[in-house]
Amino acid sequence: MPKQPPEVRRHNFNEVALGYTEEQALEEADRCLQCPKPQCVKGCPVEVDIPAFIKLLREGKYEEGIRKIKEKNSLPAICGRVCPQEEQCQKMCVLGKVGDSVSIGRLERFLADWERAKGFTIPERAPPTGKRVAVIGAGPAGLTAAADLAKLGHEVVIFEALHLPGGVLVYGIPEFRLPKSIVQAEVDYIKKLGVELKLGYLIGRTYTIPELLKEEGFDAVFIGTGAGLPQFLGVPGENLGGIYSANEFLIRVNLMKSYAFPEYDTPIRVGRHVAVIGGGNVAMDAARSALRLGAEQVYIVYRRSRDEMPARKEEIENAEEEGVIFKLLTNPTRFIGDEKGWVKQMECIRMELGPPDESGRRRPVPVKDSEFLMDVDTVIIAIGRTPNPIIQRTTEGLAVTKWGTIMADENGKTSLEGVYAGGDIVTGEATVISAMGAGKRAARAIHEYLMSKR
Amino acid sequence: MYEIVKVEELAPKIKLFEVYAPDIAEKSRPGQFIIIITGEKGERVPLTIAGYDVKKGTITFVFNEVGKTTRQLGMMKKGECIWNITGPLGNPSEIRNFGKVLCVAGGVMIAPMLLQVKALREAGNTVVTVMGARIKELLFFKEEMKALSHRFYVATDDGSEGYKGLSFLKDVLASEKFDRCIAMGPVAMLQTVCGLTKPYKIPTIVALMPIMVDGMGMCGVCRVSVGGQMKFGCVDGPEFDGHLVDFEELIKRQRMFLPEERLSALLWELGGCGCGAS
Repeated sequence: MPKQPPEVRRHNFNEVALGYTEEQALEEADRCLQCPKPQCVKGCPVEVDIPAFIKLLREGKYEEGIRKIKEKNSLPAICGRVCPQEEQCQKMCVLGKVGDSVSIGRLERFLADWERAKGFTIPERAPPTGKRVAVIGAGPAGLTAAADLAKLGHEVVIFEALHLPGGVLVYGIPEFRLPKSIVQAEVDYIKKLGVELKLGYLIGRTYTIPELLKEEGFDAVFIGTGAGLPQFLGVPGENLGGIYSANEFLIRVNLMKSYAFPEYDTPIRVGRHVAVIGGGNVAMDAARSALRLGAEQVYIVYRRSRDEMPARKEEIENAEEEGVIFKLLTNPTRFIGDEKGWVKQMECIRMELGPPDESGRRRPVPVKDSEFLMDVDTVIIAIGRTPNPIIQRTTEGLAVTKWGTIMADENGKTSLEGVYAGGDIVTGEATVISAMGAGKRAARAIHEYLMSKR
Repeated sequence: MYEIVKVEELAPKIKLFEVYAPDIAEKSRPGQFIIIITGEKGERVPLTIAGYDVKKGTITFVFNEVGKTTRQLGMMKKGECIWNITGPLGNPSEIRNFGKVLCVAGGVMIAPMLLQVKALREAGNTVVTVMGARIKELLFFKEEMKALSHRFYVATDDGSEGYKGLSFLKDVLASEKFDRCIAMGPVAMLQTVCGLTKPYKIPTIVALMPIMVDGMGMCGVCRVSVGGQMKFGCVDGPEFDGHLVDFEELIKRQRMFLPEERLSALLWELGGCGCGAS
């Protein structure tokens, strides 16, 4: 797939991957074997009928192709960009066993982009059921659940705490990976399904879940509030200026568009030497954003080795091509500030890999007396996020795990009647598509619950 | 969109807005705050709630026109709408009968303190109030505060009205016993108050408004060291035990984006009308 060249894209926030041309899409679609027992579908958390949509694409029936995808997936332009396809549908593709699997994600993206350019067609909704569902959080899980429930004829209101819908899609994932106009377009599509969106409503504060059910007239609630609480290292000097959580950094850049300061009002300060602590997709996003904001050197500081990095391979390669420097088997031990309280140095210790830990990855162990100093004026801590606790604290009787996630079964059913949950708030930090899958299963379960309750 | 139903200039550059926001009004309690954003390009600004009226469906807040956003806000008129307001946020203040409470408020925080004093009074406390400002022209709600307080002091930095500075409190604290102190205002003032109450071991609560972006626990920019532990101003606060707060760190963190804030205000001044709000 064509991409902006690294030396150009490291200076702008425009999308890196440019998408297939029609010719390329048709050529790629032709490679699909149309297996009688397709394995790819098994790898898709939202069960898209992949061979069917590829067949329609191949025949030039784009409208029917995108309809086929949207039977299962209401956010195809987003999924076509940020799904870890190589770990899901494409991993199962038979062609992958002998060479390159079909680029399913890119084909999905092609059809979604084609439809957006042409204008959306709104599918028919089932007749109104008279049932009302409150969806909490307008991220991937909530949007998917809302779309599915609306199509089934329920009245759906999404409560989103931020001033824009999209959740992690707008505050977390940078413009160069997922343009915000695309998120907005897919959200608009969901609104056209009849879903009402209330922005600036923090459930747990504005209304609690019991209030939604008892006073506000909702028959069921879906909680899709994600994992939004940043984790810190817990080492000295972490509150110095110039040290951001990845969430703060990305919220400023993505949601508040600080890269366009002062045209946009929210500032951000990025120095010359930036260290990003962590090795996941969030770390890559932060590092690549820092480069685009003008940093001279950007380091990824990760305590394990490259093989254990949780980030997508494609994103690691993108970061590397753009000039991000990887400092592996390295862990910060403290931060040192200047007289104004701004970070100027970071002390690190070298690590080596010991036997595997509970995550199955080899445990990093500090190498004695290997401390060294790095000159840095900006640090971004990207070591993970935990569930937002506000709902758990304000909903009596809602069962929660020791990690703070909400306990829910495979279909999102929680310990409270009529209350369902899915996505990162149940699983802990995971992917966009797995959250969507959870939203989808919960929507099905909520529908059954509502229709059985006469 | 949230309609402004009342605008009042309380003092030079200090404005009170009453805004129609029934869902927020219904849930607001003393000590909580809201986040406002004036338009798509705007920043999220936390402001302490200074009043709420469930019947009218309104909330009240008071702000100082200092940076770009608050100055833009200051130009808005009755009948115009604020793009988005989120709230109420943060934990409500603990209100019960403590006995005798010393309430110290400075600057725009006089407004939410009035709400606090009213609640404390209703809970049966004896309330001694101190309100202060830089100069006498910036004092407001004097009569209202006086009417609600059992005893009432005024202080200004330049001594133009009432006491000069807060050092007079030394004598007050030496001569009578307080069960609790609540301080709301600029960080430097909070630090001074905590320094004064500490020798007397008076539990002292400070309302902090560190830099925030989301205001709901996501970004962590509002982190404050309290008793050596990392706390988030937005979800753990905004009120903390003032004797445990690391004020030096807080003051430095408050200044993190000063150059950018100045630049933003300056460019806005040069640009003029403020209609680029959305």
